[in-house]
Amino acid sequence: MPHDHHDHLSPSGHPFRADDDVPLSYWQTMEIAVRELLIAKGVTTAREIASQIEAMDARSPANGAAVVARMWSDPAFCAQMRVDASAATREMGFDVGPMKLIAVENTADLHNVIVCTLCSCYPRNLLGLPPDWYKSRAYRSRTVREPRRVLAEFGVTLPDGVEIRVHDSTADMRYIVIPARPAGTENWSEDALAALVTRDSMIGTGLPKSPEGG
Amino acid sequence: MNDKTDPFDGRRWHDMGGDPAGPVPDADHDFALWEKRVDALMIICSSKGHFSVDGLRRVLEDMPPSSFDEMSYYERWIASIAQNLIEDGVFTAAELGQTMTDVKQRGATYGDAAHG
Repeated sequence: MPHDHHDHLSPSGHPFRADDDVPLSYWQTMEIAVRELLIAKGVTTAREIASQIEAMDARSPANGAAVVARMWSDPAFCAQMRVDASAATREMGFDVGPMKLIAVENTADLHNVIVCTLCSCYPRNLLGLPPDWYKSRAYRSRTVREPRRVLAEFGVTLPDGVEIRVHDSTADMRYIVIPARPAGTENWSEDALAALVTRDSMIGTGLPKSPEGG
Repeated sequence: MNDKTDPFDGRRWHDMGGDPAGPVPDADHDFALWEKRVDALMIICSSKGHFSVDGLRRVLEDMPPSSFDEMSYYERWIASIAQNLIEDGVFTAAELGQTMTDVKQRGATYGDAAHG
């Protein structure tokens, strides 16, 4: 699957990118200037900015995978998620903020995909920051028109009988896909189940890993 | 996509759902420190009421369509954040310009300019 890399990645699952050593750009200059002005004016502090970055870095698809594995294992939690996913995930420590979160569940006959056609809205509390392709013109434009073709580009080919439902996120409403629990995982622990849940399987552009280890 | 010769069809460039486009790029990267800082500034400033996510988006969507291809995601964001903060009266355009001039004089790389 072309979008699920596992080699040469940082702990957050992305390729490393050169940072401090690159020539200073106009927009980086603006970032430094805005940040320093905000600190000088007393709006924020360097410590607060660093804390915010740490909080953001701590959010990763592992959060979402824990939610999915618990839904697979715990019928009472599953019921809570269906009633109010914002509250249910907040209780696990993954605060979605003022937004409404909706969990959309895949079945044998239904496959869900999430997109933000207008910008880049994404369930950050459960998956971290969105990957670049999620924000690309191609993904934003085509997913609502020809989802089967888009999914095929991610290596996901679904039988014709499976309905595909595309959910367009907004600034106020976020979705997370709950992939179907793989067969052959009966009696697995939540931790073992969570290890099968990939980021892309919670966007809908991927499927969970095979329990045989594939 | 709107061409200047076409009548306005009611959709602006950012409203791109359903448009034809090429293959989805296999693109991803680990965010650079300056990008994470931009993201953090947005969350901090909006949580303190200086502007809202709607204000962020209003400036992003008022940018010309070419900005989507010519600027990166967080480049567009810092431009919008700066505009919103000027409108909110947190600092003036002149203060921003002067500070940017000062920052640039500290060095040729982000590390030098940010830590100088």
